[in-house]
Amino acid sequence: MSNLKTLDHAAAAEIFIKDEARTDWHDDTLWFVRQKRDKAVNGIAEWEQLREWASQIKNHTLSNLDNYLTAFEKQAEANGIKIHWAADALEHNQLMHKILKAHNISRIVKSKSMLTEECHLNDYLKKQGIEVVDTDLGERIVQLRDEAPSHIVLPAIHLKKQDVSETFHEHLHTEEGNNDPQYLTEAARQHLRDHFIQSELAITGVNFAIAETGGFVVCTNEGNADMGAHTAKIHVACMGIEKIIPKAEHLGVFLRLLARSATGQPITTYSSHFQKPRPGQEMHIIIVDNGRTKQLGRADFRNSLKCIRCAACFNTCPVYRRSGGHSYHTAVAGPIGSILNPNLDMKANADLPFASTLCGSCSNVCPVKIDIHEQLWKWRQVIVEEGYVKPEKKIAMKGMAWIFSNPKIYRWAGKSGRWFLRTMPFLGNNKLNVWYKQREMPEAPKQSFHDWYQQNKNK
Amino acid sequence: MKVGLFIPCYIDQFYPQVGIATYQLLKKLGCDVDYPENQTCCGQPMANSGFSALTGGCDKNFVANFDAYDYIVAPSGSCVLHIKEHLKDDKNPTKAQKIRNTIYELTEFLVDILKVEHLTSNFPHKVGFHTSCHGQRGLHLSSMTERVLPQFSKPEQLLQKVKGLQLCYPERKDECCGFGGTFCVFEEAVSVKMGKDRIEEHQKNEVDYITAGDVSCLMHLEGILKRQGSKVKAIHLAEILNHE
Repeated sequence: MSNLKTLDHAAAAEIFIKDEARTDWHDDTLWFVRQKRDKAVNGIAEWEQLREWASQIKNHTLSNLDNYLTAFEKQAEANGIKIHWAADALEHNQLMHKILKAHNISRIVKSKSMLTEECHLNDYLKKQGIEVVDTDLGERIVQLRDEAPSHIVLPAIHLKKQDVSETFHEHLHTEEGNNDPQYLTEAARQHLRDHFIQSELAITGVNFAIAETGGFVVCTNEGNADMGAHTAKIHVACMGIEKIIPKAEHLGVFLRLLARSATGQPITTYSSHFQKPRPGQEMHIIIVDNGRTKQLGRADFRNSLKCIRCAACFNTCPVYRRSGGHSYHTAVAGPIGSILNPNLDMKANADLPFASTLCGSCSNVCPVKIDIHEQLWKWRQVIVEEGYVKPEKKIAMKGMAWIFSNPKIYRWAGKSGRWFLRTMPFLGNNKLNVWYKQREMPEAPKQSFHDWYQQNKNK
Repeated sequence: MKVGLFIPCYIDQFYPQVGIATYQLLKKLGCDVDYPENQTCCGQPMANSGFSALTGGCDKNFVANFDAYDYIVAPSGSCVLHIKEHLKDDKNPTKAQKIRNTIYELTEFLVDILKVEHLTSNFPHKVGFHTSCHGQRGLHLSSMTERVLPQFSKPEQLLQKVKGLQLCYPERKDECCGFGGTFCVFEEAVSVKMGKDRIEEHQKNEVDYITAGDVSCLMHLEGILKRQGSKVKAIHLAEILNHE
């Protein structure tokens, strides 16, 4: 994958924005999805009630996660599913490799699973000489380009049809310059069909795992999870520990929220329920922690684990829409990624909680009521406390805090600052002043409000 | 009713006219207004940058200045929200709590406390309204497009009472302008792009002015407008409500 961190969010975003027409296109495309979402949710009078229920069910589940996980394991095993537990990404990948080796398997298809992206499963298996074919159309496109997904629901949303055409021409030998989406989709369909037919093992993600029944639900729009799972002899589903819900009836809440929030559809085209292996098939579930229990232990951040990966917070985020998913240099980008990733690696992801204006749109669009923007604020505090901030910034902040703590010094600094800006405007209007790069400085008045008030209060 | 006027630091220094308009407007509406003269900053710039541990001095100074009032009013949703959510004083926890409960952004004070029915304002111009996020989503000054709840807007309620004013909204009614405190310099490229996009939508409406409840948003938008050489001017809501 070429998404190894090289630049922080601000620097990567600056490069992204240089192509302003493309930035506008990216912004409009995702805003269109947000608008579709608005239309869909406004069609449901009980929307806010559904959000509240979803939030409560998830909070309850997170508080009783151990019980629900073991209940799920017991039920699933009784149904004939093999359960594996992985403490981290490496163990997840090793477990997968072990299953592949035990059956001497080389032909593998995988439907979309953000967990396997988070664990960098494809990279790991590639190093072992095993290739996985991603079957979600967007994921296949980025896989052919050796890129990471830029969005958790729409992995190739950063690409235009021309880009897809070029990629398919190179890898699938489609006609050069044929940008017709129908033609390109058909080419992908034929290409993937060959892989489905030949596949020996299918990997899928899990949207919801039901403790009560030991079954799980996978949502796709392309039916590719089903195609894989129904043709291969072995089905391996990968899930984070937070995917558990207590009862099947709770799907009535979550399935209504998920697709409306994600794409504005009432429900995904396929909501596939897997209960037990069909005769002759093997079914495995790998249940992964990878930092989730650590996050569960952080009082301020635990409810980020309520996330159902709808990406509504991506689509609504004015920063995400104008900086693209790759500028977040992590498997899960966007606002939710910015509160999940510091838990995994605080130093490498120290920039992410700052990639927000704290406008609060994310928290209000979230179908499970995660207080995303408040957690962004809290992560900033933790990151500074742990020392992952530039020393210049720290010095500047200490200086400001000192000035503001002393009214007389504040007034003197304000007055002299304004005097300098008035008499020597070049002090502010220069390249060193980042504000001035694309914005004029505010005019510096002779009199502050304080001074005016002193003169006028008794009039 | 004793009202303490809180004029945030950057308004005090760079936009005194907004402080003056707020003061005069409150006086006009019959309030007993005082400006505690040793006030400085609410501490938000540090706290939003992750340095809330450094805001002790600001908190202490704020409590010392605003302890004696029935209400505290400021022409800035963002600073008010910061005080409401984060003001603390370990030595005087009840004083800090009282301030947190009695601080109001200007428009919510006018609508909810003063219950203003009539204004003598006159502003015969086409005005685009920029919805500032902290006031909207933090203080609930208006409904938002993300939620499925009844629609309302306290600032709009007031602007509709202004004679001659033609109010317009941009196509994306409540998208952030990109100021975001220190975000405006640490994420300069995204910040400016967000601001340019807001301005473009207002310009499509052919507005004379862009107004908002927060000077910070306006300072950012004004900086871009001036660089573009635009005729559109930025003006704070208090200046319009005080305009006769």
